[in-house]
Amino acid sequence: MSDIIAQLEAKRAEAYMGGGQKRIDKQHAQGKLTARERVEVLLDENSFEELGMYVEHNCVDFGMEKNKIPGDGVVTGSGTINGRLVFVFSQDFTVFGGSLSERHAEKICKVMDNAMKVGAPVIGINDSGGARIQEGVASLGGYAEVFQRNVLASGVVPQLSLIMGPCAGGAVYSPAMTDFIFMVKDSSYMFVTGPDVVKTVTNEVVTQEELGGAITHSTKTSVADVAYENDIEALLAARDFIDFMPLSNREDVPERPTADPWDRMEESLDMLIPANANQPYDIHEVISKMVDEGDFFEVQPKHAANIICGFGRIEGKTVGVVANQPMVLAGVLDINSSKKAARFVRYCDAFNIPIITLVDVPGFLPGTAQEHNGIIKHGAKLLFAYAEATVPKITIITRKAYGGAYDVMASKHLRGDLNYAWPTAEIAVMGAKGAVEIIFRGKTPEEIAEHTAEYEARFANPFVAAQKGFVDEVIMPHSTRKRVALGLRKLRNKELENPWKKHDNIPL
Amino acid sequence: MFKKILIANRGEIACRVIRTAKKMGIATVAVYSDADARAPFVRMADEAIHIGPSAASESYLLADKIIAACKETGAEAVHPGYGFLSERASFVEELDKHDIAFIGPPPNAIAAMGDKIESKKLARAAGVNVVPGFVGEINDTDHAVEISNDIGYPVMMKASAGGGGKGMRLAYSEKDVREGFEATKREGLNSFGDDRVFIEKFIEDPRHIEIQVLGDKHGNVLYLNERECSIQRRHQKVVEEAPSPFVTPKMRKAMGEQAVAMSEAVGYFSAGTVELIVSGADITGESFYFLEMNTRLQVEHPVTEAITGIDLVEQMIRVAAGEKLTMTQDDIGIDGWSMESRVYAEDPYRGFLPSTGRIVRYGPPVPGWSGDPIRGVDGVRVDDGVMDGGEVSIFYDPMIAKLITWGETREEAADKQIAALDSFELEGLGHNIDFLSALMQHPRFRSGEITTGFIAEEYPDGFQGAPASEELLRNLAAIAAFAGAAHADRARRVDNQLGDELEPPAQWQIKIGDLIQSVELSEEGIEVDGEEVDLSAEYTPGDSLIEAHIGEELLIVKIRKTTSGFAMNTRGAKFEVRTIPQSIAMHAAHMIEKIPPDLSKYLLCPMPGLLVALHVAEGDKVEEGQPLAVVEAMKMENILRAEKNGVVKSVSAAQGESLAVDAVILELE
Repeated sequence: MSDIIAQLEAKRAEAYMGGGQKRIDKQHAQGKLTARERVEVLLDENSFEELGMYVEHNCVDFGMEKNKIPGDGVVTGSGTINGRLVFVFSQDFTVFGGSLSERHAEKICKVMDNAMKVGAPVIGINDSGGARIQEGVASLGGYAEVFQRNVLASGVVPQLSLIMGPCAGGAVYSPAMTDFIFMVKDSSYMFVTGPDVVKTVTNEVVTQEELGGAITHSTKTSVADVAYENDIEALLAARDFIDFMPLSNREDVPERPTADPWDRMEESLDMLIPANANQPYDIHEVISKMVDEGDFFEVQPKHAANIICGFGRIEGKTVGVVANQPMVLAGVLDINSSKKAARFVRYCDAFNIPIITLVDVPGFLPGTAQEHNGIIKHGAKLLFAYAEATVPKITIITRKAYGGAYDVMASKHLRGDLNYAWPTAEIAVMGAKGAVEIIFRGKTPEEIAEHTAEYEARFANPFVAAQKGFVDEVIMPHSTRKRVALGLRKLRNKELENPWKKHDNIPL
Repeated sequence: MFKKILIANRGEIACRVIRTAKKMGIATVAVYSDADARAPFVRMADEAIHIGPSAASESYLLADKIIAACKETGAEAVHPGYGFLSERASFVEELDKHDIAFIGPPPNAIAAMGDKIESKKLARAAGVNVVPGFVGEINDTDHAVEISNDIGYPVMMKASAGGGGKGMRLAYSEKDVREGFEATKREGLNSFGDDRVFIEKFIEDPRHIEIQVLGDKHGNVLYLNERECSIQRRHQKVVEEAPSPFVTPKMRKAMGEQAVAMSEAVGYFSAGTVELIVSGADITGESFYFLEMNTRLQVEHPVTEAITGIDLVEQMIRVAAGEKLTMTQDDIGIDGWSMESRVYAEDPYRGFLPSTGRIVRYGPPVPGWSGDPIRGVDGVRVDDGVMDGGEVSIFYDPMIAKLITWGETREEAADKQIAALDSFELEGLGHNIDFLSALMQHPRFRSGEITTGFIAEEYPDGFQGAPASEELLRNLAAIAAFAGAAHADRARRVDNQLGDELEPPAQWQIKIGDLIQSVELSEEGIEVDGEEVDLSAEYTPGDSLIEAHIGEELLIVKIRKTTSGFAMNTRGAKFEVRTIPQSIAMHAAHMIEKIPPDLSKYLLCPMPGLLVALHVAEGDKVEEGQPLAVVEAMKMENILRAEKNGVVKSVSAAQGESLAVDAVILELE
């Protein structure tokens, strides 16, 4: 018996050392933590329960049978973040470069299966050289097993990927199918084919960082949601992020106490909208003054910044916020912003997170670049996402709501539950000047000016829309938080179901 | 007494006048431009009249519009505040023609004092000291020596056409004059083509001290003691105080009596200020000289009010209405000490660049205009003209507020400034609050050894935040751990937990800059690196200020949560405070400190927009603050300026190009 215990202790000690001190030191020298260290930072102190620590690979080719390390390159298990259950897998770069073997994949699948069964988020920490080449097709099969589970888990439990090292080739498709991706600057990268292959095939010379680093993916491609300075920042951010998430689609959003009064007035918002309609203002200010304690977790802040998406809380409960940003491209809807917001809206809808939409949109961005790249199809994504969403939807039009973009932005017609407008709202087909030039084509500039004033008087206010019932109430900006909080209380038991279908056919 | 007065001004001074008028039961009329339509002074007044576009030249400077507004509202008198029309004699005469009283001095006094040469002549005639000097043809070196001996050393020899330090030579003795006079002449000739030289007394360690006077229309003029305004930046006053740490009772009396003589010489009434330059090197206090007289209410008048208990605006209104002063010189005392600091929309961290825009958050230490009209709330008075959500526009002075403190002693007044500045919340634009706090803590300022060169001498390389003491850093560590635990505790009260609620971590590691401190929280108290810190504070997640009592001391810290800790701001400096549980600290030690790339040599496009103008080309020399390019975004033109001196190395964007955020426009060498 004592022999067995001694063996167990020895095995554990061996497992804890991963690929050995030398490799651990190398990892540290690069500013990267080891797989277990990352889990320790991510989870509440002493809450991690590791399972499958002694799993070894089953490869017998190329001498691999003589080279086995317990755990086989991935640390798996569960623990808590601020007391709430989460499942974790963390790839260990010190063990065979974190490469994915059949058994390695099985461990990840086990974690995901458990998470699905009990309904708790999965957090994957990626730091892997790719497939275990010695295993060949077995490794590829392993990837596909993971992919399949990513898909089945999508919309059932929140899935968060933290890319903290290499993630290349087929491996990228697992995080790509999770809900959110955080990356670490300078030490993580994601690409389907690396710089060497790129050079061979296309003769392009590009660095790993440029091709698929954290900055590239969080600005240009939108593959990653946020880029962080280092492992610690990313892991602590992940804790904050999970605090906003429900455990699964079967649970309500989390609730935690706050001292922020639900009816806090923000007089300063009454002066936010500039007198000049063409002058921008920062919609972030409305968001931070609306949500609890000004605490807002923005996703994709550096990509398509003409629309803002992120999570906040009202009365301690999570909400998703979507807002046009007048500071960037006048808040126009284009391909990237439509795609960004559409995916965000669908995430919120999948996980019962109410959606607050702040509207100041001059329309869709014109131009061949947009049309030829399919703004019709991509714009339709956002329209589709809002229209199918059944969670509580509260919309506030702060200024412009022009044309088709008005319809898209969680309008009344798309089953908006409460559609408010600030007194500065203008709901119209287009700006007054453009409209008059069409209606009164061929008139003199003086006449145009006169008609423009007439058009403005008619539509440069929220009243026409309110008369038609498209706007439920005109509210003062200072009472925005209060109206939203009250609305959410009343919508807490909202029941709305879409007709049964196998699934919809969103224009992808 | 008047029933209704109009205030021909804006901002804080308009509020200031309205406040006293209200106290006196006088109705008020505000006038405002487009930019001020939503300003607090407009709301504060009983009536408000719109007088034109935002530019002052089309609104506040137009006498006709002011007079028309008086007629429209039936205002019987006009208070001009400071600036704008306050020192324009023709405006006073115009008002007189329309039978509207001017709450200020008589026009002839304004005119006389507005003329630099005439005012000096008048001063000399009234027996007021003026800087000794010789204006006229100097024949040769012997003549120069004779003149210098008469003036008394040190003297400054200046080329008449000189400037910017060129063609100036200091002489401490006859020998210096003999050696330097011809050279000064030559420099003048070579640099400016003019070899005329004038000689005047050189004021060593110059201090700016001024005397407040108050007179009525019945021939009474009093002096209300001095104010010292030596803390200036490029001739803009930053900090003022009353009394002056340099002035003795004897000196005060001498200065005061000369100021009164000066005023009487021009038949002065209402409030006025005689500005003097004083040599801090002459401890006898006899070296003070007339500079000019300001025939209006000064920005810094509240410090005089605070030590004398006299409401200057009230006195101005009473005098204008013909009342006699009810006090005599013997009634004027000095009670305690008062300081004023001017909160400007200027960013000291960026070379004091002016900033404009929306005030996203405005939270003064006490609400503006609250408490006692003269000493505010517990000796903290805020005179302001802005509000939460208001705007600092490009059209007017960038002053946001005046913070006035009063204490029994100079130390106390300065300490109150520090505490008040610590709790002064101002977000959305750059401001000088940290710089003001640094001044208030500066040992040389505290010693009273100040001169008009103070800021230039003490901050030759600009401002990077006040130095933090070891004790402050220790206290911040304790506060960070305390706040960190509060956040952790709250996060652990979320619903749907797996087991029992967890306790927040008790051991924390705090990193500020390179300094790492360990903090342990327990029932007994807080220990930082094993040393007890007697901290008591209240903090709820979401609070933007934390008021900590450390032993006897009060420390107020502005605090904002970041991903791995807090951003803190107190005692004139900003601190990034990494606050992590000790359990993960050893892992954090592996993080590599990243050196941010030096972007200062690049001019980056701050917003997506159209490059409408590019003022420089490759190889051009540029100076800090020089406009380099104009980017139009959302139909607004944004001027991009050089952040430092340099030469344009390469230009990467062309006029007419659409640029993305952070696109490189040009690179400096």
